[in-house]
Amino acid sequence: MSRAPDTPEATDSRAGAIGRPTVRTEAWRFVTGAGAYVDDLPAHRLLHAAFLRSPVAHGSIVKLDLAPALQMEGVVAAYDGEALAAHCQPVRGLLAHLPDMQVARQWPLARGRVRWVGEPVAIVIAESRALAEDAAQAIAFEWTDLPPLVDAGAALQPDAPLLHEELDSNLMFSATVATANVEQAFAQAASVVELALRSERVTPMALEPRGILAQWDASQNRLTVHMGTQVPWMMQAVFANVLGIGQDQVRVVATDTGGSFGSKIHCYGDESAVAVAARLVGRPIRYVVDRLEAFVSDVHARGHEATVRAAVDADGRLTAFAVDDLCGAGAFSIYPRGSVNESRHVLGLTGACYQATEYRARIRVALQTKAIYGQYRGVGHPLACLFTEAAVDAAARRLGMDPLAFRRRNLLPDDAYPHRAPSGARFERLSLCACLDELARLMDYDRLRADQRERAADHARGAHQGVYRGIGLAVFVENSNHSSSNYGRGGAPIASRDGAMVRLTQGGGIQCAVGLTDSGQGVTTAMAQIAADAVGASIADVRVLMGDTEHTPVSGGNWGSRGTGISGEALWQAGIALRAQLVEAASALHACSPDALELVEGAFLRRDDQACVCTLQALAEAIYFRPERFPRGFQPEPAAQRHYAQTEYDGIYTNGASASWVEVDTRTGFIKVLGHWIVDDCGTVINPLLLDEQLRGAAVQGIGQALFEGCLYGDQGELRNATLADYLVPMAAEMPDIHVGHVTTPTATSALGAKGGAEAGVTGALASVVNAINDALAPLDAQVLELPVTPERVLRAIGAIRSPAS
Amino acid sequence: MKPAPFAYVRAESFEHALDVLAEHGDDALVLAGGQSLVPMLNLRLVQPAVVLDINALHALSTIDTHAEGGLRLGALVRHREIAIHPVIATRAPLLRAAAPWIAHPAVRHRGTLGGSLALGDPAAEWPACAVALDATIRLASRARGERCVAASAFFQGLYQSDRRADELLVGCEFPRASDDSVFFFRELARRHGDYASVGLAVSARGRPGAWQDLRLVFFGVGDTPVSATACSAALIAGDAFADAQTRLEAELEPRADLWFSAPAKRHLAVQLLRDAWRDLGNPIGGT
Repeated sequence: MSRAPDTPEATDSRAGAIGRPTVRTEAWRFVTGAGAYVDDLPAHRLLHAAFLRSPVAHGSIVKLDLAPALQMEGVVAAYDGEALAAHCQPVRGLLAHLPDMQVARQWPLARGRVRWVGEPVAIVIAESRALAEDAAQAIAFEWTDLPPLVDAGAALQPDAPLLHEELDSNLMFSATVATANVEQAFAQAASVVELALRSERVTPMALEPRGILAQWDASQNRLTVHMGTQVPWMMQAVFANVLGIGQDQVRVVATDTGGSFGSKIHCYGDESAVAVAARLVGRPIRYVVDRLEAFVSDVHARGHEATVRAAVDADGRLTAFAVDDLCGAGAFSIYPRGSVNESRHVLGLTGACYQATEYRARIRVALQTKAIYGQYRGVGHPLACLFTEAAVDAAARRLGMDPLAFRRRNLLPDDAYPHRAPSGARFERLSLCACLDELARLMDYDRLRADQRERAADHARGAHQGVYRGIGLAVFVENSNHSSSNYGRGGAPIASRDGAMVRLTQGGGIQCAVGLTDSGQGVTTAMAQIAADAVGASIADVRVLMGDTEHTPVSGGNWGSRGTGISGEALWQAGIALRAQLVEAASALHACSPDALELVEGAFLRRDDQACVCTLQALAEAIYFRPERFPRGFQPEPAAQRHYAQTEYDGIYTNGASASWVEVDTRTGFIKVLGHWIVDDCGTVINPLLLDEQLRGAAVQGIGQALFEGCLYGDQGELRNATLADYLVPMAAEMPDIHVGHVTTPTATSALGAKGGAEAGVTGALASVVNAINDALAPLDAQVLELPVTPERVLRAIGAIRSPAS
Repeated sequence: MKPAPFAYVRAESFEHALDVLAEHGDDALVLAGGQSLVPMLNLRLVQPAVVLDINALHALSTIDTHAEGGLRLGALVRHREIAIHPVIATRAPLLRAAAPWIAHPAVRHRGTLGGSLALGDPAAEWPACAVALDATIRLASRARGERCVAASAFFQGLYQSDRRADELLVGCEFPRASDDSVFFFRELARRHGDYASVGLAVSARGRPGAWQDLRLVFFGVGDTPVSATACSAALIAGDAFADAQTRLEAELEPRADLWFSAPAKRHLAVQLLRDAWRDLGNPIGGT
């Protein structure tokens, strides 16, 4: 691929911050306890909020008497849905470009009806959090039960009670796609495999729960919100819409944020209620979600049931895929992104890595009386991968082919891009085969297969009874660097064009501002590396400001693996521009041609003899304090700003492959992951250290969903495991070593060439773990296709205990 | 997540603690290590009028290895101390074996023996060990002074024990292991440090073919630690393992939890029994 002159490879390699494994510049602040999360921020005359939340899944509000709360000492105010409605507007999580999507209006607090356990019903404002909680408990709340809609399929039955009277049915969204000859392909196939898969819903579980500090300044009619968020600019629009004020009347400041994973990119009723209440009471209000509330109020994700089919011809070539997916997405569509994107990824990407040309897909998203769906790291990509790769393994097994060889035969070749998948998804350039090859090398695939065969021989000799080992592979694509095709076009106030500002400070440092936020993933450091190389400064002299709508440029924020690719490109372009401006200034100062100078790590060097004519510090001193030293009439420009939007594709797909090596003890059903490998291609790598750790962290979340996590609802729509004792997050002791490799295919849609890497680790993990388990169970002619793969499910699959009568 | 209001009372003396319990009874909850109580308070699962903190009662922190009959451990002895104590390791090896299974290091440093016994979580390690070792639990009240209860009689139901509202659990006595004592401890948990899905504590005397006093105590399978007496009798009698297994399956009536059905728990209990029996040097016969 030819590179433009201003790409990282083309610029002076002596600077070289990009691509260097750099420890997070901000880490010291965090490890010394100097971070400042929402709960740490001081505020004068601060009040605290607590919520009464619905204890039932579906009910009609009969009585909601706030008086007992209002009479309690220390209580300043309390509002129910009706009281708050007079001061705010409802939202609708509708993506307007999607035909047939139907979405009800949602108010910050329930009005008339409650629709899930945990829905906020009333807010209490008091002098302390403890007083607010006591008062919330004192509210007299009565309701009459309505039938809960727990099962997504049942919610779609014609006789199911309607969750929202303003809608036609409980079907939030459905879509289909089919190629012309898909039925023929299945009819003519030498072999067709069909699998029924199911995954339990999970929730993102950031270490720091959501939090907000809202202040209304009546003298300026302005709302200022400090919050842990991935999307300050989106939240500016959200709060403006909720309060019915102009966007420029809202300032959102992203504080230090302890993890987000997609849970902090949404409009939550409790946060909206706090903002409205702050305006009403005229004092700052802080609210931090506690863990119990997080379980029932944060977005949930990834609970799907799907039937997947794959057709193979006599030569072992995949000819068609089909998927029929059903998702129960909770009581509303989350504002402003909507709760249908997971399903749309399933529609767009099932089978898309393969050469099969025929495809049929149907997705349905049902409303139900459970917590609302939203985006969780990887969104629907891990499901599309799971559905595809489970079917691919089943097809290979049916044919008696090695799953690695079967994939090599069927994957899209690396020289066939750009490519349009049968679903319509467009891939700029992928490296599926190169990643799979690198994965096989990294994991020593042949050695693991040999180990597996030795185990089987041991079994025959009577050793290792009941313990089986399996290898699981998964190949995946993951979208990043999104265009406006989804949110912008759908009417969601989420920018796809990001800005970046870079300037020379009076002290000779480089100050940058981008609209991203850092949730602990280290994007601050990645931005500093980009700025350092673009400008020609030392990374130690770069300071990065982020996430404040008052002081940083507009940005779509951190989600969808877009931050580094989009804001990073804007920053790169701004830095390149500043570098030229500074070289021009330095050459004016030293009476030489700009072509004769270069800027390297903060020093202006003469190209011919590499002598240093001045430093950034000296230039800054001249620019700001000694303007008379410049030629008459010359105005140096020590700042630059650029914006960037990716407009060529809906998104720039990254790709990769992962593998898991597991051991299943069939006596107990317990599963041990012995090893996990990921090879990822996210284009230009800015910081391999941070990228590798992001891939590992994401893989842990994927392994967690495959083996442990699940929001377990009871028959009445109650969440039965809403504590960290009962909701099993993956812990270090259960995790294997995770080995990471890279293939690098920069995107040609930007000079930087970076795609996203934040989600790739999770995308393949579900499939590779499940495939490994089923590879291990293959000698027993058993398989588990339900996530999480619990010991109970393994024991039932192998017949060690009987399945319940059905 | 803040507890409902309560009065905090720090016991200044043993007598003071008993006075507070005599006065408040069920309205007071005792704070020892706080590893269960504090989360329960914050979750508002319990809303006591009084929280009685006994951590200043240093007399309850003692480990008496010379007590008549064996080991006498005070209620405030932390899990961690049991895990590392060299004399406990030799005189009550089952306790040493069980301690590392309790939660995580941070919890083991704070959590106490007495707190665990008094709470009586059916999936916890100490109650099962106490029953397996035929331990004696000591209780004290202002009205009735001190009394002793056999561990096997102490745990009466789900979070129900023989402790009366005005009584403080002051300690536990474990008989000294004899030369022919053997032990087994294992649990199956989804993650390291979780409460057991199913666990088994075994104490016995003798040798393969000549067992006596074989105590098989399962936990995580009922409202209290469950002694598998029929199974144990069959094994002592030298019945085939398969018959003992059948007895076990018949006498366990596990309650399903979030992740395991009753049949799965019964199946796992059998696997643990098999592990234990093999570990103690016995032949299993055909599998």
